[in-house]
Amino acid sequence: MSSIFTSSLGKKLLMSLAGIFLIIFLLVHMGINLLIVIFDDPMVYNKAAHIMSTNILIKIFEIILFGGFLLHMIYALILQIQNWVARPNRYNKANYSNTSFFSKFMIHTALITLVFLVIHMMDFYLKAKFGHAAEVIVDGKAYHDFASEIIDKFKMLPFVIFYIAAFVFLGFHLVHGFQSAFKTLGMDHKKYTPVVQFLAIIYSTIIVGGFSFIPVYIYFL
Amino acid sequence: MNLKLKIWRQKDPNTRGKFVNYRLRDISADSSFLEMLDVLNEELISKGEEPVVYDHDCREGICGACGLYINGRPHGPDSLITVCQLHMRKFKDGDTIVIEPWRARAFPIIRDLMVNRNAFDALIQEGGYVSVNTGSAPDANAILVKKEHADLSMDAAACIGCGACVAACKNASAMLFVGAKISQLALLPQGKIESNRRVMDMVAKMDELGFGNCTNTGACEAECPKGITLTNIARLNREYYKATF
Ligand code: HEM
Ligand code: SF4
Ligand code: FES
Repeated sequence: MSSIFTSSLGKKLLMSLAGIFLIIFLLVHMGINLLIVIFDDPMVYNKAAHIMSTNILIKIFEIILFGGFLLHMIYALILQIQNWVARPNRYNKANYSNTSFFSKFMIHTALITLVFLVIHMMDFYLKAKFGHAAEVIVDGKAYHDFASEIIDKFKMLPFVIFYIAAFVFLGFHLVHGFQSAFKTLGMDHKKYTPVVQFLAIIYSTIIVGGFSFIPVYIYFL
Repeated sequence: MNLKLKIWRQKDPNTRGKFVNYRLRDISADSSFLEMLDVLNEELISKGEEPVVYDHDCREGICGACGLYINGRPHGPDSLITVCQLHMRKFKDGDTIVIEPWRARAFPIIRDLMVNRNAFDALIQEGGYVSVNTGSAPDANAILVKKEHADLSMDAAACIGCGACVAACKNASAMLFVGAKISQLALLPQGKIESNRRVMDMVAKMDELGFGNCTNTGACEAECPKGITLTNIARLNREYYKATF
Protein backbone atom coordinates (compact mmCIF):
# COMPACT_ATOMS: atom_id res chain seq x y z
CA MET A 1 0.00 0.00 0.00
CA SER A 2 2.64 2.54 1.02
CA SER A 3 4.26 2.19 -2.41
CA ILE A 4 1.33 4.23 -3.72
CA PHE A 5 3.08 7.36 -2.48
CA THR A 6 6.56 6.45 -3.61
CA SER A 7 6.50 4.26 -6.72
CA SER A 8 6.22 5.74 -10.21
CA LEU A 9 2.87 4.06 -10.86
CA GLY A 10 1.49 5.04 -7.47
CA LYS A 11 2.39 8.69 -7.93
CA LYS A 12 0.82 8.66 -11.37
CA LEU A 13 -2.33 7.12 -9.95
CA LEU A 14 -2.66 9.88 -7.37
CA MET A 15 -2.01 12.66 -9.84
CA SER A 16 -4.45 11.27 -12.35
CA LEU A 17 -7.19 10.94 -9.69
CA ALA A 18 -6.51 14.52 -8.65
CA GLY A 19 -6.56 15.50 -12.32
CA ILE A 20 -9.97 13.90 -12.86
CA PHE A 21 -11.25 15.66 -9.77
CA LEU A 22 -10.03 18.97 -11.20
CA ILE A 23 -11.68 18.14 -14.51
CA ILE A 24 -15.05 17.79 -12.76
CA PHE A 25 -14.43 20.91 -10.69
CA LEU A 26 -13.76 22.95 -13.84
CA LEU A 27 -17.22 22.08 -15.18
CA VAL A 28 -18.87 23.25 -11.96
CA HIS A 29 -16.78 26.41 -11.90
CA MET A 30 -17.70 27.15 -15.49
CA GLY A 31 -21.39 26.67 -14.72
CA ILE A 32 -21.27 29.24 -11.92
CA ASN A 33 -19.32 31.71 -14.03
CA LEU A 34 -21.84 31.47 -16.81
CA LEU A 35 -24.52 32.77 -14.42
CA ILE A 36 -23.06 36.20 -14.99
CA VAL A 37 -23.96 36.20 -18.67
CA ILE A 38 -27.09 34.07 -18.50
CA PHE A 39 -28.88 36.39 -16.08
CA ASP A 40 -29.12 40.09 -16.71
CA ASP A 41 -29.35 40.73 -12.98
CA PRO A 42 -25.76 40.77 -11.61
CA MET A 43 -27.15 39.85 -8.19
CA VAL A 44 -27.69 36.25 -9.30
CA TYR A 45 -23.97 35.88 -9.70
CA ASN A 46 -23.18 37.89 -6.59
CA LYS A 47 -25.48 35.71 -4.52
CA ALA A 48 -23.92 32.56 -5.94
CA ALA A 49 -20.46 33.94 -5.15
CA HIS A 50 -21.70 34.79 -1.65
CA ILE A 51 -22.83 31.23 -1.06
CA MET A 52 -19.50 29.99 -2.46
CA SER A 53 -17.52 32.04 0.03
CA THR A 54 -19.66 31.44 3.13
CA ASN A 55 -21.34 28.03 2.94
CA ILE A 56 -19.75 25.48 5.25
CA LEU A 57 -20.02 22.58 2.77
CA ILE A 58 -18.31 24.71 0.15
CA LYS A 59 -15.61 25.53 2.67
CA ILE A 60 -14.96 21.86 3.23
CA PHE A 61 -14.96 21.30 -0.50
CA GLU A 62 -12.49 24.15 -0.86
CA ILE A 63 -9.98 22.38 1.34
CA ILE A 64 -10.36 19.22 -0.73
CA LEU A 65 -9.95 21.30 -3.88
CA PHE A 66 -6.73 22.88 -2.63
CA GLY A 67 -5.53 19.45 -1.67
CA GLY A 68 -6.36 18.19 -5.15
CA PHE A 69 -4.42 21.00 -6.81
CA LEU A 70 -1.46 20.54 -4.51
CA LEU A 71 -1.42 16.78 -4.96
CA HIS A 72 -1.64 17.12 -8.74
CA MET A 73 1.05 19.78 -8.93
CA ILE A 74 3.50 18.29 -6.47
CA TYR A 75 3.41 14.82 -7.98
CA ALA A 76 3.45 16.26 -11.51
CA LEU A 77 6.59 18.21 -10.68
CA ILE A 78 8.33 15.29 -8.98
CA LEU A 79 7.53 12.99 -11.90
CA GLN A 80 8.59 15.62 -14.44
CA ILE A 81 11.93 16.20 -12.74
CA GLN A 82 12.55 12.45 -12.60
CA ASN A 83 11.74 12.31 -16.30
CA TRP A 84 14.30 14.97 -17.13
CA VAL A 85 16.90 13.23 -15.01
CA ALA A 86 16.18 9.92 -16.78
CA ARG A 87 17.74 11.35 -19.95
CA PRO A 88 20.75 13.41 -18.93
CA ASN A 89 22.14 13.65 -22.48
CA ARG A 90 19.66 14.85 -25.05
CA TYR A 91 19.45 13.68 -28.63
CA ASN A 92 20.85 15.93 -31.31
CA LYS A 93 17.88 15.25 -33.51
CA ALA A 94 14.86 14.04 -31.57
CA ASN A 95 11.12 13.62 -31.44
CA TYR A 96 10.29 12.59 -34.94
CA SER A 97 8.11 9.79 -33.64
CA ASN A 98 4.39 9.89 -34.24
CA THR A 99 2.95 10.67 -30.81
CA SER A 100 0.24 12.44 -28.86
CA PHE A 101 1.21 16.04 -29.72
CA PHE A 102 0.09 17.93 -26.61
CA SER A 103 1.63 15.29 -24.38
CA LYS A 104 5.04 16.74 -25.15
CA PHE A 105 4.08 20.12 -23.71
CA MET A 106 2.21 19.12 -20.54
CA ILE A 107 4.67 20.80 -18.19
CA HIS A 108 4.62 24.00 -20.28
CA THR A 109 0.83 24.24 -20.51
CA ALA A 110 0.74 23.38 -16.81
CA LEU A 111 3.09 26.18 -15.81
CA ILE A 112 1.09 28.72 -17.84
CA THR A 113 -2.04 27.48 -16.06
CA LEU A 114 -0.25 27.82 -12.76
CA VAL A 115 0.72 31.44 -13.48
CA PHE A 116 -2.91 32.15 -14.31
CA LEU A 117 -4.04 30.41 -11.14
CA VAL A 118 -1.73 32.47 -8.94
CA ILE A 119 -2.94 35.72 -10.50
CA HIS A 120 -6.53 34.50 -10.28
CA MET A 121 -6.15 33.72 -6.59
CA MET A 122 -4.55 37.04 -5.74
CA ASP A 123 -7.11 38.89 -7.76
CA PHE A 124 -10.26 37.24 -6.71
CA TYR A 125 -10.14 34.65 -4.04
CA LEU A 126 -8.25 36.71 -1.50
CA LYS A 127 -10.59 39.61 -2.11
CA ALA A 128 -13.59 37.38 -1.55
CA LYS A 129 -12.10 36.10 1.67
CA PHE A 130 -10.65 39.23 3.13
CA GLY A 131 -12.97 41.73 1.52
CA HIS A 132 -11.47 44.59 -0.40
CA ALA A 133 -14.10 44.38 -3.08
CA ALA A 134 -16.88 46.88 -3.65
CA GLU A 135 -20.15 46.04 -1.96
CA VAL A 136 -23.80 46.28 -2.85
CA ILE A 137 -26.62 46.22 -0.35
CA VAL A 138 -29.69 44.20 -1.24
CA ASP A 139 -32.57 43.76 1.23
CA GLY A 140 -30.38 45.16 3.97
CA LYS A 141 -27.66 42.60 3.36
CA ALA A 142 -24.20 43.42 2.01
CA TYR A 143 -22.76 41.43 -0.86
CA HIS A 144 -19.43 41.74 -2.63
CA ASP A 145 -20.19 43.16 -6.03
CA PHE A 146 -18.02 40.81 -8.02
CA ALA A 147 -20.28 40.95 -11.02
CA SER A 148 -19.63 44.66 -11.61
CA GLU A 149 -15.95 44.15 -10.98
CA ILE A 150 -15.75 41.36 -13.54
CA ILE A 151 -17.75 43.39 -16.03
CA ASP A 152 -15.43 46.36 -15.54
CA LYS A 153 -12.40 44.16 -16.07
CA PHE A 154 -13.64 42.46 -19.18
CA LYS A 155 -14.36 45.81 -20.77
CA MET A 156 -10.58 46.07 -21.08
CA LEU A 157 -9.06 44.22 -24.00
CA PRO A 158 -5.77 43.09 -22.35
CA PHE A 159 -7.70 41.26 -19.63
CA VAL A 160 -9.87 39.56 -22.21
CA ILE A 161 -6.87 38.41 -24.23
CA PHE A 162 -4.91 37.19 -21.22
CA TYR A 163 -7.90 35.32 -19.86
CA ILE A 164 -8.70 33.56 -23.10
CA ALA A 165 -5.06 32.73 -23.80
CA ALA A 166 -4.75 31.11 -20.38
CA PHE A 167 -7.76 28.92 -21.10
CA VAL A 168 -6.50 27.93 -24.52
CA PHE A 169 -3.34 26.61 -22.89
CA LEU A 170 -5.36 24.85 -20.21
CA GLY A 171 -7.35 23.33 -23.07
CA PHE A 172 -4.14 21.96 -24.58
CA HIS A 173 -3.32 20.49 -21.15
CA LEU A 174 -6.70 18.83 -21.01
CA VAL A 175 -6.75 17.38 -24.53
CA HIS A 176 -3.95 15.05 -23.50
CA GLY A 177 -4.64 14.97 -19.76
CA PHE A 178 -8.25 13.80 -20.05
CA GLN A 179 -7.46 10.71 -22.07
CA SER A 180 -4.10 10.07 -20.42
CA ALA A 181 -5.77 9.78 -17.02
CA PHE A 182 -7.87 6.88 -18.31
CA LYS A 183 -4.78 4.98 -19.42
CA THR A 184 -3.09 5.71 -16.12
CA LEU A 185 -6.10 4.24 -14.35
CA GLY A 186 -5.59 1.12 -16.44
CA MET A 187 -8.44 1.70 -18.85
CA ASP A 188 -7.67 1.01 -22.46
CA HIS A 189 -9.98 -0.58 -24.97
CA LYS A 190 -10.05 -1.00 -28.73
CA LYS A 191 -13.54 0.45 -29.01
CA TYR A 192 -13.76 2.86 -26.08
CA THR A 193 -10.34 4.52 -26.09
CA PRO A 194 -11.10 6.37 -29.35
CA VAL A 195 -14.38 7.47 -27.74
CA VAL A 196 -12.47 8.77 -24.70
CA GLN A 197 -10.07 10.60 -27.01
CA PHE A 198 -13.01 12.18 -28.79
CA LEU A 199 -14.59 13.15 -25.46
CA ALA A 200 -11.26 14.72 -24.42
CA ILE A 201 -11.49 17.08 -27.38
CA ILE A 202 -15.18 17.82 -26.74
CA TYR A 203 -14.57 18.46 -23.03
CA SER A 204 -11.57 20.71 -23.68
CA THR A 205 -13.52 22.66 -26.30
CA ILE A 206 -16.43 23.14 -23.90
CA ILE A 207 -14.12 24.36 -21.13
CA VAL A 208 -12.19 26.76 -23.35
CA GLY A 209 -15.36 27.90 -25.12
CA GLY A 210 -17.46 28.21 -21.97
CA PHE A 211 -14.93 30.18 -19.95
CA SER A 212 -13.92 32.35 -22.93
CA PHE A 213 -17.50 33.16 -23.84
CA ILE A 214 -17.87 35.30 -20.71
CA PRO A 215 -15.20 37.94 -21.43
CA VAL A 216 -16.07 38.01 -25.12
CA TYR A 217 -19.75 38.53 -24.34
CA ILE A 218 -19.04 41.26 -21.79
CA TYR A 219 -16.51 42.99 -24.01
CA PHE A 220 -18.91 43.27 -26.90
CA LEU A 221 -21.98 43.98 -24.75
CA MET B 1 24.02 6.53 -53.40
CA ASN B 2 26.27 9.16 -51.89
CA LEU B 3 25.68 9.92 -48.25
CA LYS B 4 26.78 12.22 -45.47
CA LEU B 5 26.85 10.57 -42.07
CA LYS B 6 26.92 12.35 -38.75
CA ILE B 7 27.82 9.71 -36.18
CA TRP B 8 28.18 9.89 -32.41
CA ARG B 9 31.70 8.83 -31.40
CA GLN B 10 32.53 8.24 -27.76
CA LYS B 11 35.66 6.47 -26.54
CA ASP B 12 34.28 4.98 -23.33
CA PRO B 13 31.53 5.55 -20.76
CA ASN B 14 33.45 8.31 -19.02
CA THR B 15 34.76 10.38 -21.91
CA ARG B 16 32.64 13.04 -23.53
CA GLY B 17 31.44 12.04 -26.96
CA LYS B 18 31.01 14.13 -30.08
CA PHE B 19 29.59 13.93 -33.57
CA VAL B 20 31.98 13.10 -36.42
CA ASN B 21 31.06 13.60 -40.07
CA TYR B 22 31.79 10.99 -42.71
CA ARG B 23 31.13 10.77 -46.44
CA LEU B 24 30.27 7.53 -48.20
CA ARG B 25 30.14 6.99 -51.97
CA ASP B 26 28.44 4.41 -54.16
CA ILE B 27 26.33 2.71 -51.53
CA SER B 28 23.81 0.32 -53.06
CA ALA B 29 20.18 1.25 -52.37
CA ASP B 30 19.58 -2.46 -51.79
CA SER B 31 22.09 -2.80 -49.00
CA SER B 32 20.89 -2.84 -45.43
CA PHE B 33 21.66 -0.04 -43.03
CA LEU B 34 24.12 -2.19 -41.09
CA GLU B 35 25.87 -3.22 -44.32
CA MET B 36 26.27 0.45 -45.10
CA LEU B 37 27.93 0.91 -41.69
CA ASP B 38 30.13 -2.13 -42.40
CA VAL B 39 31.32 -0.45 -45.59
CA LEU B 40 32.14 2.67 -43.60
CA ASN B 41 34.02 0.62 -41.00
CA GLU B 42 36.09 -1.15 -43.65
CA GLU B 43 37.08 2.21 -45.08
CA LEU B 44 37.98 3.45 -41.60
CA ILE B 45 40.05 0.34 -40.85
CA SER B 46 41.90 0.59 -44.17
CA LYS B 47 42.75 4.20 -43.28
CA GLY B 48 44.01 3.06 -39.90
CA GLU B 49 41.17 4.71 -37.97
CA GLU B 50 38.99 3.17 -35.26
CA PRO B 51 35.79 1.59 -36.67
CA VAL B 52 32.40 2.72 -35.37
CA VAL B 53 31.22 0.36 -32.64
CA TYR B 54 27.58 -0.71 -32.78
CA ASP B 55 25.55 -3.67 -31.51
CA HIS B 56 24.17 -6.36 -33.78
CA ASP B 57 23.72 -10.09 -33.76
CA CYS B 58 21.06 -11.97 -35.73
CA ARG B 59 20.59 -9.42 -38.51
CA GLU B 60 17.17 -10.88 -39.12
CA GLY B 61 15.07 -8.77 -36.82
CA ILE B 62 14.60 -11.25 -33.98
CA CYS B 63 17.31 -10.75 -31.38
CA GLY B 64 16.89 -7.09 -30.51
CA ALA B 65 20.63 -6.44 -30.30
CA CYS B 66 20.82 -3.78 -32.98
CA GLY B 67 19.60 -0.39 -31.92
CA LEU B 68 20.47 2.95 -33.45
CA TYR B 69 18.71 6.28 -33.19
CA ILE B 70 18.58 7.40 -36.81
CA ASN B 71 17.39 10.86 -37.87
CA GLY B 72 15.41 11.32 -34.67
CA ARG B 73 13.78 7.90 -34.57
CA PRO B 74 14.82 4.60 -32.98
CA HIS B 75 15.42 1.97 -35.67
CA GLY B 76 15.20 4.69 -38.33
CA PRO B 77 12.57 5.95 -40.74
CA ASP B 78 10.32 2.93 -41.06
CA SER B 79 7.77 1.23 -38.84
CA LEU B 80 7.73 -2.21 -37.25
CA ILE B 81 11.35 -3.07 -38.07
CA THR B 82 14.71 -3.17 -36.34
CA VAL B 83 17.76 -1.39 -37.79
CA CYS B 84 19.07 -4.60 -39.33
CA GLN B 85 15.86 -4.77 -41.39
CA LEU B 86 16.20 -1.18 -42.57
CA HIS B 87 17.34 -0.71 -46.16
CA MET B 88 19.13 2.18 -47.77
CA ARG B 89 16.31 2.63 -50.29
CA LYS B 90 14.46 4.36 -47.45
CA PHE B 91 16.94 7.23 -47.88
CA LYS B 92 17.65 9.52 -50.79
CA ASP B 93 20.89 10.11 -52.63
CA GLY B 94 22.76 12.98 -50.96
CA ASP B 95 20.96 12.61 -47.61
CA THR B 96 22.61 13.50 -44.33
CA ILE B 97 21.97 10.77 -41.79
CA VAL B 98 22.35 11.49 -38.08
CA ILE B 99 23.15 8.35 -36.08
CA GLU B 100 23.06 8.38 -32.28
CA PRO B 101 23.05 5.74 -29.56
CA TRP B 102 20.01 5.11 -27.34
CA ARG B 103 20.16 7.88 -24.77
CA ALA B 104 18.92 7.11 -21.26
CA ARG B 105 20.44 7.22 -17.82
CA ALA B 106 19.57 3.54 -17.43
CA PHE B 107 21.40 2.67 -20.69
CA PRO B 108 24.93 4.07 -20.29
CA ILE B 109 27.00 4.29 -23.45
CA ILE B 110 29.78 1.70 -23.64
CA ARG B 111 31.39 3.03 -26.77
CA ASP B 112 30.19 4.97 -29.83
CA LEU B 113 26.73 3.62 -30.65
CA MET B 114 26.78 0.69 -28.25
CA VAL B 115 24.89 1.00 -24.98
CA ASN B 116 24.69 -1.19 -21.92
CA ARG B 117 21.19 -2.66 -21.68
CA ASN B 118 21.85 -4.71 -18.55
CA ALA B 119 19.03 -2.77 -16.92
CA PHE B 120 16.58 -4.87 -18.97
CA ASP B 121 18.26 -8.05 -17.76
CA ALA B 122 17.93 -6.81 -14.20
CA LEU B 123 14.21 -6.27 -14.80
CA ILE B 124 13.78 -9.78 -16.17
CA GLN B 125 15.65 -11.20 -13.19
CA GLU B 126 13.20 -9.40 -10.97
CA GLY B 127 10.18 -11.26 -12.29
CA GLY B 128 10.26 -12.03 -16.01
CA TYR B 129 9.89 -15.77 -15.43
CA VAL B 130 7.55 -18.36 -13.94
CA SER B 131 8.83 -20.47 -11.05
CA VAL B 132 6.35 -23.32 -11.40
CA ASN B 133 7.17 -26.39 -13.42
CA THR B 134 4.92 -26.14 -16.46
CA GLY B 135 5.76 -29.61 -17.72
CA SER B 136 6.74 -30.58 -21.24
CA ALA B 137 5.03 -29.90 -24.56
CA PRO B 138 2.18 -32.46 -24.23
CA ASP B 139 1.21 -30.88 -20.89
CA ALA B 140 0.41 -27.66 -22.71
CA ASN B 141 -3.09 -28.95 -23.34
CA ALA B 142 -3.68 -29.91 -19.70
CA ILE B 143 -4.48 -26.37 -18.63
CA LEU B 144 -7.03 -24.65 -20.79
CA VAL B 145 -6.28 -21.09 -21.84
CA LYS B 146 -8.82 -18.79 -23.43
CA LYS B 147 -7.92 -18.20 -27.06
CA GLU B 148 -8.27 -14.47 -26.54
CA HIS B 149 -5.81 -14.51 -23.64
CA ALA B 150 -3.39 -16.76 -25.49
CA ASP B 151 -3.40 -14.31 -28.40
CA LEU B 152 -2.84 -11.25 -26.22
CA SER B 153 -0.09 -13.05 -24.35
CA MET B 154 1.61 -14.04 -27.60
CA ASP B 155 1.37 -10.46 -28.88
CA ALA B 156 3.12 -9.26 -25.73
CA ALA B 157 5.69 -12.05 -25.98
CA ALA B 158 6.80 -10.67 -29.34
CA CYS B 159 8.93 -8.10 -27.47
CA ILE B 160 12.60 -8.67 -28.25
CA GLY B 161 13.97 -6.37 -25.55
CA CYS B 162 15.61 -3.99 -28.00
CA GLY B 163 15.06 -0.89 -25.88
CA ALA B 164 13.62 1.26 -28.66
CA CYS B 165 10.70 2.11 -26.41
CA VAL B 166 13.04 3.61 -23.82
CA ALA B 167 15.02 5.37 -26.54
CA ALA B 168 11.90 6.85 -28.13
CA CYS B 169 10.19 7.92 -24.91
CA LYS B 170 10.68 11.56 -23.96
CA ASN B 171 10.96 10.36 -20.36
CA ALA B 172 13.19 7.35 -21.09
CA SER B 173 10.51 5.19 -19.47
CA ALA B 174 10.60 1.40 -19.63
CA MET B 175 6.85 1.01 -19.22
CA LEU B 176 6.25 -0.60 -22.62
CA PHE B 177 8.92 -3.23 -22.07
CA VAL B 178 7.77 -3.99 -18.53
CA GLY B 179 4.13 -3.85 -19.65
CA ALA B 180 4.87 -6.43 -22.33
CA LYS B 181 6.59 -8.79 -19.90
CA ILE B 182 3.90 -8.40 -17.25
CA SER B 183 1.14 -8.96 -19.81
CA GLN B 184 2.77 -11.97 -21.38
CA LEU B 185 2.93 -13.77 -18.04
CA ALA B 186 -0.09 -12.43 -16.17
CA LEU B 187 -2.48 -13.42 -18.95
CA LEU B 188 -1.60 -17.12 -18.64
CA PRO B 189 -2.56 -19.39 -15.75
CA GLN B 190 1.08 -20.45 -15.36
CA GLY B 191 2.13 -16.87 -14.77
CA LYS B 192 -0.85 -15.75 -12.69
CA ILE B 193 0.31 -17.44 -9.51
CA GLU B 194 3.09 -15.00 -8.79
CA SER B 195 1.62 -12.07 -10.72
CA ASN B 196 1.24 -9.83 -7.66
CA ARG B 197 4.78 -10.27 -6.47
CA ARG B 198 6.09 -9.97 -10.02
CA VAL B 199 4.50 -6.61 -10.75
CA MET B 200 5.54 -5.09 -7.41
CA ASP B 201 9.13 -6.27 -7.84
CA MET B 202 9.46 -5.23 -11.46
CA VAL B 203 8.00 -1.76 -10.88
CA ALA B 204 10.26 -1.20 -7.87
CA LYS B 205 13.26 -2.31 -9.93
CA MET B 206 12.24 -0.12 -12.86
CA ASP B 207 12.16 2.93 -10.58
CA GLU B 208 15.44 2.00 -8.93
CA LEU B 209 17.22 1.64 -12.27
CA GLY B 210 16.48 5.26 -13.16
CA PHE B 211 13.95 4.89 -15.96
CA GLY B 212 11.48 7.77 -16.28
CA ASN B 213 7.73 7.75 -15.67
CA CYS B 214 5.06 7.12 -18.28
CA THR B 215 3.03 10.08 -19.61
CA ASN B 216 1.02 8.02 -22.11
CA THR B 217 2.67 9.92 -24.94
CA GLY B 218 2.84 6.88 -27.19
CA ALA B 219 6.30 7.31 -28.75
CA CYS B 220 7.17 3.78 -27.56
CA GLU B 221 4.23 2.25 -29.35
CA ALA B 222 5.02 4.25 -32.51
CA GLU B 223 8.60 2.97 -32.60
CA CYS B 224 8.35 -0.58 -31.25
CA PRO B 225 9.58 -2.95 -33.99
CA LYS B 226 7.26 -5.66 -32.73
CA GLY B 227 4.05 -3.67 -32.52
CA ILE B 228 3.67 -3.83 -28.72
CA THR B 229 0.78 -1.48 -27.92
CA LEU B 230 -0.07 0.93 -25.09
CA THR B 231 -2.74 -1.53 -23.98
CA ASN B 232 0.09 -3.39 -22.29
CA ILE B 233 0.93 -0.29 -20.26
CA ALA B 234 -2.70 0.04 -19.19
CA ARG B 235 -2.62 -3.64 -18.17
CA LEU B 236 0.58 -3.06 -16.22
CA ASN B 237 -1.23 -0.28 -14.34
CA ARG B 238 -4.17 -2.60 -13.62
CA GLU B 239 -1.92 -5.40 -12.44
CA TYR B 240 -0.13 -2.95 -10.18
CA TYR B 241 -3.36 -1.70 -8.61
CA LYS B 242 -4.57 -5.27 -8.19
CA ALA B 243 -1.38 -6.17 -6.35
CA THR B 244 -1.45 -3.00 -4.25
CA PHE B 245 -5.03 -2.82 -3.03
C1 HEM C 1 -7.53 22.89 -13.48
C2 HEM C 1 -6.38 22.57 -13.81
C3 HEM C 1 -5.84 21.20 -14.19
C4 HEM C 1 -6.47 20.05 -14.61
C5 HEM C 1 -7.94 19.82 -14.79
C6 HEM C 1 -5.42 19.08 -14.88
C7 HEM C 1 -5.63 17.79 -15.33
C8 HEM C 1 -4.64 16.90 -15.67
C9 HEM C 1 -4.83 15.53 -16.05
C10 HEM C 1 -6.16 14.80 -16.10
C11 HEM C 1 -3.61 15.00 -16.34
C12 HEM C 1 -3.31 13.59 -16.80
C13 HEM C 1 -2.89 12.70 -15.67
C14 HEM C 1 -2.42 11.35 -16.14
O1 HEM C 1 -1.86 11.22 -17.20
O2 HEM C 1 -2.59 10.40 -15.41
C15 HEM C 1 -2.65 16.04 -16.16
C16 HEM C 1 -1.29 15.91 -16.37
C17 HEM C 1 -0.34 16.82 -15.96
N1 HEM C 1 -0.59 17.95 -15.19
FE1 HEM C 1 -2.38 18.79 -14.90
N2 HEM C 1 -4.20 19.63 -14.61
C18 HEM C 1 -4.42 20.93 -14.17
C19 HEM C 1 -3.48 21.84 -13.73
C20 HEM C 1 -2.14 21.55 -13.61
C21 HEM C 1 -1.20 22.44 -12.99
C22 HEM C 1 -1.50 23.79 -12.34
C23 HEM C 1 0.00 21.83 -13.08
C24 HEM C 1 1.25 22.48 -12.54
C25 HEM C 1 2.32 21.98 -12.17
C26 HEM C 1 -0.18 20.55 -13.80
C27 HEM C 1 0.81 19.66 -14.15
C28 HEM C 1 0.62 18.54 -14.93
C29 HEM C 1 1.68 17.81 -15.59
C30 HEM C 1 3.18 18.14 -15.57
C31 HEM C 1 1.07 16.73 -16.24
C32 HEM C 1 1.80 15.76 -17.13
C33 HEM C 1 1.75 14.36 -16.73
C34 HEM C 1 1.49 13.49 -17.91
O3 HEM C 1 1.76 13.90 -19.05
O4 HEM C 1 1.00 12.40 -17.69
N3 HEM C 1 -1.51 20.42 -14.08
N4 HEM C 1 -3.28 17.19 -15.73
S1 SF4 D 1 8.48 -3.26 -26.21
FE1 SF4 D 1 9.09 -3.10 -28.37
S2 SF4 D 1 10.54 -1.38 -28.40
FE2 SF4 D 1 10.36 -2.03 -26.26
S3 SF4 D 1 12.01 -3.51 -25.93
FE3 SF4 D 1 10.19 -4.70 -26.54
S4 SF4 D 1 10.37 -4.91 -28.78
FE4 SF4 D 1 11.79 -3.26 -28.19
S1 FES E 1 20.59 -7.68 -35.22
FE1 FES E 1 19.08 -8.97 -34.27
S2 FES E 1 17.33 -7.72 -34.41
FE2 FES E 1 18.76 -6.55 -35.52
